Amino acid sequence: MSCRKRCKREIFRFAQYLFRLITGSLNTDSVEDELELSAVRHRPEGLEQLEAQTRFSRKELQILYRGFKNECPSGVVNEETFKDIYSQFFPQGDASTYAHFLFNAFDTDHNGSVSFEDFVMGLSILLRGTVQEKLNWAFNLYDINKDGYITKEEMLDIMKAIYDMMGKCTYPVLKEETPRQHVEVFFQKMDKNKDGVVTIDEFIDCCQNDENIMRSMHLFENVL
Amino acid sequence: MAAGVAAWLPFARAAAIGWMPVANLPMPVAPTEKNKRQDELIILNVSGRRFQTWRNTLDRYPDTLLGSSEKEFFYNEETKEYFFDRDPDVFRSVLNFYRTGKLHYPRYECISSYDEELAFFGIVPEIIGDCCYEEYKDRKRENAERLMDDQEDNKDAKLPNMTFRETMWRAFENPHTSTMALVFYYVTGFFIAVSVITNVVETVPCGSAPNQKEVPCGERYTVAFFCMDTACVMIFTVEYLMRLFAAPSRYRFMRSVMSIIDVVAILPYYIGLVMTDNEDVSGAFVTLRVFRVFRIFKFSRHSQGLRILGYTLKSCASELGFLLFSLTMAIIIFATVMFYAEKGSSSSKFTSIPASFWYTIVTMTTLGYGDMVPKTIAGKIFGSICSLSGVLVIALPVPVIVSNFSRIYHQNQRADKRRAQKVQKARLARIRISKTGSSSAFLHSKRNGLFNEALELTNSTEDEQRLSKSTSLLESQHHHLLHCLEKTTNHEFVDEQYYQQSYLEAGLQNYPSRSPSLSSQDGVTGTCCTRRSKKHHTPLPNASAPAHMQPLTHTHTHPQGLQELSTIHIQPLSTSRSSLNMRVDEPAPLNCQSSQITTAIISIPTPPVTTPEGDAHLPAGPTHQNVVKVSAL
Repeated sequence: MSCRKRCKREIFRFAQYLFRLITGSLNTDSVEDELELSAVRHRPEGLEQLEAQTRFSRKELQILYRGFKNECPSGVVNEETFKDIYSQFFPQGDASTYAHFLFNAFDTDHNGSVSFEDFVMGLSILLRGTVQEKLNWAFNLYDINKDGYITKEEMLDIMKAIYDMMGKCTYPVLKEETPRQHVEVFFQKMDKNKDGVVTIDEFIDCCQNDENIMRSMHLFENVL
Repeated sequence: MAAGVAAWLPFARAAAIGWMPVANLPMPVAPTEKNKRQDELIILNVSGRRFQTWRNTLDRYPDTLLGSSEKEFFYNEETKEYFFDRDPDVFRSVLNFYRTGKLHYPRYECISSYDEELAFFGIVPEIIGDCCYEEYKDRKRENAERLMDDQEDNKDAKLPNMTFRETMWRAFENPHTSTMALVFYYVTGFFIAVSVITNVVETVPCGSAPNQKEVPCGERYTVAFFCMDTACVMIFTVEYLMRLFAAPSRYRFMRSVMSIIDVVAILPYYIGLVMTDNEDVSGAFVTLRVFRVFRIFKFSRHSQGLRILGYTLKSCASELGFLLFSLTMAIIIFATVMFYAEKGSSSSKFTSIPASFWYTIVTMTTLGYGDMVPKTIAGKIFGSICSLSGVLVIALPVPVIVSNFSRIYHQNQRADKRRAQKVQKARLARIRISKTGSSSAFLHSKRNGLFNEALELTNSTEDEQRLSKSTSLLESQHHHLLHCLEKTTNHEFVDEQYYQQSYLEAGLQNYPSRSPSLSSQDGVTGTCCTRRSKKHHTPLPNASAPAHMQPLTHTHTHPQGLQELSTIHIQPLSTSRSSLNMRVDEPAPLNCQSSQITTAIISIPTPPVTTPEGDAHLPAGPTHQNVVKVSAL
């Protein structure tokens, strides 16, 4: 009978417990398996390969890597560190939600950490890519579930994240419906066939027709 | 901004491309790096030891010696290196601060030499990391104490022009200053002892006449004891009055513990003099004599140890309180249990729960008088549990009190504790200020920003050079990033005060609803630009702290720069909060952003309003106006 065996086992365990209680050895130094934090160490590919894959020069890659390694000695950024770093640039608001989306946009292989290659590939697109590539990247950022469509809910999440970065002390005072209204405006502009979602073609098409957006795409070209 | 994070600024700026498709306003111009140098190694020679680092590393903290142009004074032309004639060991910590952003205090280092080095290199010690800050503060406090002790020893040298009052006070506080003081000290001590002994002996039964019962000595030799008491009280009164006269601050002296003890010690005698032969009151008078025992506390002026004991008890108030509380709890529990356990037995002394309190207290403190004992078996079991737990409960806080006492006795840090609390508050305040520094720096520079841009437009290079030094390239890039975010969301960063005010104003203002017919081009343009231009102000080159409420500026990055410039100079110098709500009619109508923003929303005829005023938060306004407020499309 399994029931009897179980009962016996339980009684035996209880007796052991009582014994230990009496002799005062209840807190045995139970050797807990030390969770060996598998120190994630990542070494990036060689300089030549990275030079070939991205549009940065050797010197630029060197500068980028030095900064990267300084902040993340283990060679990879996990989401927490990423959020910390990004939040330092926006002291007045809460940048963690947007940093989460950004992290997902950089983490192209979705393994939960951003290595130097991911980092540098992303930057290469953002700083040295064609307008098409940049818009592609932006679309990828907005498309949270990566299904090829931006829905209103996704856009609302992104918008709220951006407004969160502003914080509380803004002028004019931020209201509840501000992000929603902004999303409405965005959809009215982008969603040409009014089907409630924005596809990549609609997005790129519309952005290319918008002078402001085009101009701002070239804004950060001399960053590095 | 932390040092290491500065390396990630290019990344943050690149990621800002994610906002661009969402933004409705054009973005401000990015700051250009005027002299883009290739990153180079610089050599720092500190007393022969060579340190090398990137120039960018040092530039992270522009308000220190190494980060600013001050280091050029130390540049050695022949060897092409910067030579500092300072301690190389401490310099290690200083350089590590630039590299990692954290300042550490090495334990083996002398505190004053460390402080000097920090002062030389322009680094504030408050930013020492939490790992080393405790140690640093402790050492600093010890050092300060030592210096103070030295000073006190010097202070005993008699200053020539002290008034009689001051001399007397010093004599009272420190008996070793003069022989008179010493004599006075011993005399008062002697009389305190005499007084206490008299009080005690008064109650001893002296030998009596055989026919009467034993009488205490006090009643036998009434006159003698009365004379002794009078003499002591007179001495104490004179001493108290002299102290009162000599005290620098009489009010504070009267509030001090020692003076209260003095008063309480001599008061019964005077009260006794006043009400001599009143029969029923004399009972009360007798109990008042109990207070004469307080004279023994006067000894604490004479004994350092007593004072420390008193201070220990005061500082362990929380542990004592805990002891008391836990004892009370346990007493109530056990008394209840014992009462109900002993209820059954006949002739039990446990008549009520309060009656059981006495038994519980006696048992828990392991006294065990034996006047109340449990008789039932249940009562005995619970009684034993009670005594065991009593030992535990009492034993626990005692070591804490003992260790406290020894600590205080060795360090004798009464006044230092009070001083340390003030310093802690100051430190937290300074850290808070430096943390908000980054956000206020942005707001600060915004006010200067318009001035800068206006100057750029008019190409006045000398002024530009003067102002461009104020913010480093890193800072200007960071501010540009924040500016882009503002443009994306169409809201501006403000400081706390401004926000509070505008929030209140939004609630208070009762704006009459605007009719939709105000869609005429000029009208709204006028109001839109009026409101926007109200926020322009003649920027002062040294814009004051956020306490001075300056409304924020927009930076119009469109080609009509000259028109803007004229607007800037037209505006009055001080735009107070009230003027913000005034509808000032602008003489020169500004060209709004409307021309550049494509109106995609066909339903709205009005040109866009970029920023609604606080007073235009109409809950009852027509819905399309709300959309206009936000979208600016």
